[in-house]
Amino acid sequence: MKLTLKIWRQKSRNDKGQFVTYTMNDVNPEMSMLECLDVLNETLIEKGEEPVAFEHDCREGICGSCGFMINGVAHGPERATTVCQLTMRHFKDGQELVIEPWRAKAFPQIKDLVVDRRAFDRIIASGGYVSISTGNATDGNTHLIGKDTSDRAMDAAACIGCGACVAACPNASAALFTGAKIAHLGILPQGKPEQDRRARGMVAQLNTEPFGSCTNIGECTGACPKEIPLEVISVMNRDYIRASWKKRDDDVRTVRPVTDWSLSSKP
Amino acid sequence: MTLDSKLPSGPIETAWQRTRFDLKLVNPANKRRHSIIVVGSGLAGGSAAATLGELGYNVRCFCFQDSPRRAHSIAAQGGINAAKNYQNDGDSVYRLFYDTVKGGDFRAREANVYRLAEISVSIIDQCVAQGVPFAREYGGALTNRSFGGAQVSRTFYARGQTGQQLLLGAYQALERQVHEGTVTMYPRTEMLDLIVIDGRARGIVTRNLITGELDVHIADAVILGTGGYGNVYYLSTNAKGSNVTASWRAHRRGALFANPCYTQIHPTCIPVSGDYQSKLTLMSESLRNDGRIWVPVKKGDKRSPDQIPESERDYYLERRYPSFGNLVPRDVASRNAKAVCDEGRGVGETGLGVYLDFSDAIKRLGRHVISERYGNLFDMYQRITDEDPYKVPMRIYPAIHYTMGGLWVDYHLQSTIPGLFVLGEANFSDHGANRLGASALMQGLSDGYFVIPYTIGNYLATNKFPKADASHPEAQAAVASVRQITDKLLSIKGHRTVDSFHRELGKIMWDECGMSRTAEGLKKAIGQIRALREEFWQNVNVPGSGDDLNQSLEKAGRVADFFELGELMCIDALERNESCGGHFREEYQTAEGEAQRDDEHYSYVAAWGYRGPGNAPELIKEPLEFDYVHPSQRSYK
Ligand SMILES: Cc1cc2nc3c(=O)[nH]c(=O)nc-3n(C[C@H](O)[C@H](O)[C@H](O)COP(=O)(O)OP(=O)(O)OC[C@H]3O[C@@H](n4cnc5c(N)ncnc54)[C@H](O)[C@@H]3O)c2cc1C
Repeated sequence: MKLTLKIWRQKSRNDKGQFVTYTMNDVNPEMSMLECLDVLNETLIEKGEEPVAFEHDCREGICGSCGFMINGVAHGPERATTVCQLTMRHFKDGQELVIEPWRAKAFPQIKDLVVDRRAFDRIIASGGYVSISTGNATDGNTHLIGKDTSDRAMDAAACIGCGACVAACPNASAALFTGAKIAHLGILPQGKPEQDRRARGMVAQLNTEPFGSCTNIGECTGACPKEIPLEVISVMNRDYIRASWKKRDDDVRTVRPVTDWSLSSKP
Repeated sequence: MTLDSKLPSGPIETAWQRTRFDLKLVNPANKRRHSIIVVGSGLAGGSAAATLGELGYNVRCFCFQDSPRRAHSIAAQGGINAAKNYQNDGDSVYRLFYDTVKGGDFRAREANVYRLAEISVSIIDQCVAQGVPFAREYGGALTNRSFGGAQVSRTFYARGQTGQQLLLGAYQALERQVHEGTVTMYPRTEMLDLIVIDGRARGIVTRNLITGELDVHIADAVILGTGGYGNVYYLSTNAKGSNVTASWRAHRRGALFANPCYTQIHPTCIPVSGDYQSKLTLMSESLRNDGRIWVPVKKGDKRSPDQIPESERDYYLERRYPSFGNLVPRDVASRNAKAVCDEGRGVGETGLGVYLDFSDAIKRLGRHVISERYGNLFDMYQRITDEDPYKVPMRIYPAIHYTMGGLWVDYHLQSTIPGLFVLGEANFSDHGANRLGASALMQGLSDGYFVIPYTIGNYLATNKFPKADASHPEAQAAVASVRQITDKLLSIKGHRTVDSFHRELGKIMWDECGMSRTAEGLKKAIGQIRALREEFWQNVNVPGSGDDLNQSLEKAGRVADFFELGELMCIDALERNESCGGHFREEYQTAEGEAQRDDEHYSYVAAWGYRGPGNAPELIKEPLEFDYVHPSQRSYK
């Protein structure tokens, strides 16, 4: 099949960037969106041009590396599918695809379709864990956890941290991402002792990063390749409100967002 | 050179306990004065970095992805083994040990495997405590499934996303330490050389993948948890970024590489569909619990599967291996799939596929049970092939999946370079010539959570670490060598893309050093690899420059190392005149076509030393001894 790809090209963060149009004449409907970009890149390299930079790794929809907007939709038209598993048979012959990176202030541009999502790591670092050092654990069956509870925790834990929720949200909020972790751990007995502290720490970091606020629009869950339910946001809000009045001096402190990569490799 | 594997003596049941007692400890107040580099944030590296941080060491952890949570371990589907015997079906530490030694076709060290089996139970406890949502029974207890090569149910799982959940557990523990300040994380940073000072590993050279800057990191010890090298075949189930560079550059600095030819071909992957194909997708082995594998009895039978009556189907695994049936180990299942396809009985467009059929299981258990067990795998299959496995049998074919070989390590997980430790898939230690399903996650976490924290302490406590910094001549020499490779790759500006070379190398490896090998084919492959490598260094086209994000440059460096590794794999496969586990030499098989080991001559680990470009590598043998599990012809009949 024939496709026109209008792809956002931007050399670096300081470059202005622009759309560049590429026509592809023989796209195999069985290939994935990323394989389609691979084929394009091979031809660009052969012509002595720079290939389109995009992120990817597992290509099985689980690592969360890949993701971009296709015609304004995060990860493209298929529900519950990342771009690495999106096959070209979902597009029509002759269609134009506008491909651009996640746009959000909290995800600074790096190059072409690649953005910086380290804000997510910082949110996890501010309480997205159970503080149990190696060696402290009791036997795995000490806590009996009903299957329904465990399944619900798993539904929230399935988040792959790709950033589609932020990209899809008109406010660029990261409530679904943050809520997913708060819900996953808060539902389980192992996560209970830190439930308040976790909510305060993670929400404080969320507010420190330049994400927008959640106004319950719900675009996030529609774009989520793992279909994380919107309820996790209510869980987050509930946990946070309940925890706020118990604020303590020894809460997890927030860290300053760092977006400069040149500092990051220095010993 | 002789290898000291530091294996404990005395009864195996107490060997690790006694070793731990003998290991020297670092005084708690001194721990923060010791700096440790951990390269890799997968199950092995991530769990090690987190645990060492918890202990108070000063840790720096590196990965090439944008976040440590994206390491390839995230993709593991099926599960993790542990000898909990929660199912009361006869499991024990000893049985897991026995199954793993046998499954590895008697090419692993008994003491290592015993330790792994022993630690397996603590891993589950630790992961549950972190909040890993393992599957449970209605009553709230943890549940299990069985996996290939075992007759007990000892595999713990979290839907089809076990690796993801285990890795997120380790990642969260790691981020907790990042917040505590004990670990500094360096994402998008690739290790490109090892710095060896006075015979000890003291640091690494890295490239910042965004700015292109080369930096020197010095520490008291270096840990590699950099994963396997299956991508030497180009098409594999590994993540696209998985590579051998960290291990290979350490090998060039003196670390021996053990059993490189032991690779695992996974029997249940979605077949190749076209030449644009960039990777192969695994369908978890757990599917073999309920799916039945078959091909038509007749050659070239092109009827659709529902048109083929029972009597004209050959359930070849059930027929040949009545006691294990569809649950034979991976190497056996893969070889049999190849054999029936070679006979012309394969299915699908290409004839390179066999059916994995769930209709009986759906009849017996109901669609909802099958969907509960494998729903996300079925969805994934349908997404990729556009076929509904609830209605039409899946088509599967073997694909490269895992590499048992890796850097040689002793019982302390230390390589032949003092101060360089290697964990997880990157080392060679526990799986012999074939890994059993659900044992890689177990090994990665065992190494990272429970072994390295003890053994590295001993190393740090018993050595002195003279001050060194980036200006040290060895550090500068390493930087210069990295710069030279990068500059060279960027300057060639030839006519072929990196991927085109990688594909061609992969094809050679798959054809001659894949599921079955012959002396003649291996010799041919060595010649072809050399010629292709030569062409690569004259004719590769790496666009762009070295001072920003340049994915072609990253790939080029990795492929350059794959060329050298590929040749070593063929040399190793050629040297091993026997068949064992994943290494099947056509010349050495039993009358029934099973792998024929030669214990008299090949019961050893082949550890290879690097002797400079173009020179034949040096082979050093570590003999294997079996005091507990007596080597026998593996039988799954
Ligand atoms: C599809 C699939 C399914 C699987 N399912 C199972 C299963 O069900 N059960 C099971 O037991 N096993 C399974 N395995 C095997 C198992 O997942 C792997 O063997 C294991 O996760 C490897 O972990 P690791 O920590 O050693 O390496 P990895 O997870 O590969 O991590 C490597 C790390 O090293 C970093 N790295 C590598 N090179 C460099 C460098 N030069 N510089 C900086 N960083 C570097 C990477 O960034 C990454 O962080 C599966 C494998 C695949 C491919």
